[in-house]
Amino acid sequence: MPVVSTRISRAEYWEHVRCRISGFRHSYTVKPGLYAAGRPDERSEVLVTANYKLSFDSLRKELGGLDVWILVLDTKGINVWCAAGKGTFGSDELINRLGAAQVGSVVAHKRLILPQLGGPGVSSQKVRQTTGFSVSFGPVRAGDIHEYIKAGCKATPEMRRVHFPLVDRLVLTPMELNPAFKMYPWFALLTLLFFGLQPQGIIFRDALAGGLPFLLLGVIAIISGAFLTPALLPFIPFRAFAVKGWIAGIISVSLAMQMTALHGHMDALLLAFSYIFFPLASSYIGLQFTGSTTFTGMTGVKKELGIGIPLYLFFSAVSVILLIVYKLGQWGVL
Amino acid sequence: MKYLANIVSLELFPEKCVGCGLCVEVCPHAVFQIKDKKAVIRDRDQCMECGACVQNCAFGALKVDKGVGCAAALINGMITGGEPSCDCSGQGSTGNCC
Repeated sequence: MPVVSTRISRAEYWEHVRCRISGFRHSYTVKPGLYAAGRPDERSEVLVTANYKLSFDSLRKELGGLDVWILVLDTKGINVWCAAGKGTFGSDELINRLGAAQVGSVVAHKRLILPQLGGPGVSSQKVRQTTGFSVSFGPVRAGDIHEYIKAGCKATPEMRRVHFPLVDRLVLTPMELNPAFKMYPWFALLTLLFFGLQPQGIIFRDALAGGLPFLLLGVIAIISGAFLTPALLPFIPFRAFAVKGWIAGIISVSLAMQMTALHGHMDALLLAFSYIFFPLASSYIGLQFTGSTTFTGMTGVKKELGIGIPLYLFFSAVSVILLIVYKLGQWGVL
Repeated sequence: MKYLANIVSLELFPEKCVGCGLCVEVCPHAVFQIKDKKAVIRDRDQCMECGACVQNCAFGALKVDKGVGCAAALINGMITGGEPSCDCSGQGSTGNCC
C-alpha cells in the first residue's frame, strides 16, 4: 500500500505553478487506487479524490496529523468538480474502484467521504445500493477536512459554500491569457500586412509605422478581456460576461488612446475601427472566462452566446469594412 | 456574485420531496433550504445548473438542464455539431477548463 507524505516538496510546488500556466496540467496525474496518509487502520475514514495530481496534492497537504485512506478515482487527470460534471468522477467509476482497490477488505466499516463537489457525478444512493458503502459529502475545501472529521463528519453551512475570491480568480488568469496570446501572432501578422500593403508592394516601414498602435491595442484588448475582466469581475457592472468584457475593453482602449495621444493622430476611420473592434475582442475573451468561474450556468451562457455571436459577427464585419474603406482611400481609389 | 437573473432551468416538485435535505448538502451555492420538512428554493439565481441536487435526489423531486456554463465548450459544440466540449481532457487543448 503506497503511503503518501502530507508535505508538498519544492519540486511539486514548481509543478503546481506549471499546471497554472501551461498545458503541463494535461499530463499531471497520479495512479488511481488506494493510498494511506499517516498510519490508517481498518477503522480509518476513506477520503475519495480525483487523479489530477494538483487535486490529490491539495487534499494530502491538509491531512497532516490524520490517519486516513485516500481512494483515487480515474478521472483522466481532471479535477473533482469538472470530472463530476463530465461523469468521470462518477458513481460507476467509484463503484468499480472500490472493488478494484479492495476497499471492503481494507476497512471494517462502510463509510466514504467524498468531496462535496463530486456531487454532480456521484449518486449516493446508487453507490449505497450497489456496494453497501454510504457516501458522506464532505466540505468543498480540503482545508476544512480536519474540522469536518472532528465534528463527526458534519459540515457547517460555510464549508458547503463555493466562493470565488480575488486570489482564486487571479490564479486562473494565466490560462486565460495563454490561449488569447496564442492567437496574437496571427493578429500581428495580419495587422502588419494590412498597413504594409501598398500598390507598390509590401512596404516594411509603413507596416511598422501604421501597425504599431494596433499591435499595442491588440495587447490591451487581450489583457482587458483575459486579466482585467476576471480580476475585477464583481466590480464591473452588469452580470453578463460579454458586457463586463466590453466595458473593461472600452475603458482600457480609451485610456490607452488618451495616454499615447493616438486620438489626435489617427484617421477617423481607423479611430472608429479601434473603438469598435478592440472592445469587441475584449468582450469575446471576457466571455470565455465563464468556463472558469464557479457560478455560471449553461442556460445563461447559451443566452449570452445567442445574443452575442450575431453581434460579434456583425461588428467584425463592420470593422473589416472600415479597414477596406480606409485602405481604398489611402490608395486614392475612393 | 450572481449570474444572469431569472434564467436558471432548475425546477422543484414539492409533492415529491420528502425533506431528506441531501440537496441542501450537495449544493455549492446554498440554493435550497428546508422549511416545514420540505426543500424550498431559497435563491434561484444562485443556481449554476451543476446537477448535484438532481443526481442525489432519490425521489425525483428536482429537475435541471445540467451542463457546463462554459462559452468555449458551447461554441465548440456549435461548430462541431456535437456535445459541448472544451476539450479539457488534454491533447491539443487550448487551455480553458470547465
